[in-house]
Amino acid sequence: MNIASNAPAGEEYFVLGVPLAEVIVGLVAFGVLLFVLTKFVFPRMESMFQQRVEAIEGGLVKAEKAQAEAAALLSQYKAQLAEARTEAARIRDEARADAEGIRTDVLAKAREESDRIIAAGREQLAGERASIVRELRGEMGALAVSLAGKIVGESLEDEARRRGTVERALAELDTAGAR
Amino acid sequence: MITQPGFLASEFPPGVESFDYKSLIPSLDGTTWGPAFTKLTLLVWLAVAIVIIFFLVTYRNPTLVPTKKQWLAESVYGVVRNNIATDIIGPQGVRFAPYLATVFLFVFVTNLWSIVPLAQISPNSHLAFPVVLAVLTWFIYIGIGVKKHGLLGYLKHSTVQPGVPWWVHPILIPIEFLSNLILRPITLAVRLFANMFAGHMILLVFTLGGVALWNAGPLLLKPAALGSWAFAIVMTLFELFILSLQAYVFTLLSATYFQSSIADEH
Repeated sequence: MNIASNAPAGEEYFVLGVPLAEVIVGLVAFGVLLFVLTKFVFPRMESMFQQRVEAIEGGLVKAEKAQAEAAALLSQYKAQLAEARTEAARIRDEARADAEGIRTDVLAKAREESDRIIAAGREQLAGERASIVRELRGEMGALAVSLAGKIVGESLEDEARRRGTVERALAELDTAGAR
Repeated sequence: MITQPGFLASEFPPGVESFDYKSLIPSLDGTTWGPAFTKLTLLVWLAVAIVIIFFLVTYRNPTLVPTKKQWLAESVYGVVRNNIATDIIGPQGVRFAPYLATVFLFVFVTNLWSIVPLAQISPNSHLAFPVVLAVLTWFIYIGIGVKKHGLLGYLKHSTVQPGVPWWVHPILIPIEFLSNLILRPITLAVRLFANMFAGHMILLVFTLGGVALWNAGPLLLKPAALGSWAFAIVMTLFELFILSLQAYVFTLLSATYFQSSIADEH
């Protein structure tokens, strides 16, 4: 490393000297650097910074728009959901009302049917009873007469009297049964 | 690191003549134009070329999402623009950002030569280069001050402190005039020059001192030589810190002077 050179005798180096040649070199070199950087580099950096700011701001606007869109969609979905819920409730209510109607219908029909069956049964019963009573009445007369004949041991000759007695007994029986 | 002990030890102790660089063109040596073609001016041109090439190449096709190199170039300008120009001068400081960034880059890269192997001298250890930058800053801050306040207005703005008793003015005005309008470029230039000069001197002392100790003869001194060289390495790292700091300080003070010129109040 040849760091220093030997100063020639008689010509002392002055530390604080400002040689014109060095000043000119410094000026020109700095001027060239300033010119090139200011003309070709820094303005492009400024525009790049600006573009970056715009890109970021544009991104923010885009994000805001997306958020607004999402919020609109959300409220729309919520409205749709509420609508669907009320619809479902309405359908359920209707179904309940229908079921109720059907139930009362069926009940009424069943009651009607049972009433009808009961009435028919009663009628039949009454008819049968009447015919039985009629049959019994006929048989009872004959039975009573023959029984009485056997007990008495002789034929009841007096037809007219016999008839009157049977009629009276039956009438008594009738009044006793009605009581 | 040092392989020619006999040769180098003769340079010890280093002195001011260590900064006397002869012209690279022997016929010009000793003339007015000799200093224009020395190792120092060569390093200045190299620094300018490196910075220009770096910025032009990295910013040839800038992209919105920067590459590593583009990010580096942008952050140099961005730091000077945002953290020096805008922070100190205000929003209108952006128009000074190109000048301030160029000053920073010029000072930083020329300073960096002081620790780059084979170069190992900063052009700023010759007063002329800091003087050029300091005088440019001086012109600019006086120029923008005069443009904003008028010649007399700027003189008053920069010398008369408001809120001072009237009888202090006869003392204060000359002091303010001297410090604000005369001494600022001088201190600015000398601060940078002296730091780089002293830094180079310190490195010379430890490296050449190591050589001198090694060659001194007694075996006992050889470890001391090694210690001296180790310390030269430590001081080289320290020099890296100093040269960055000085580049920053030079830019920062320039911005502060600009701000004081365009401020409405003190």
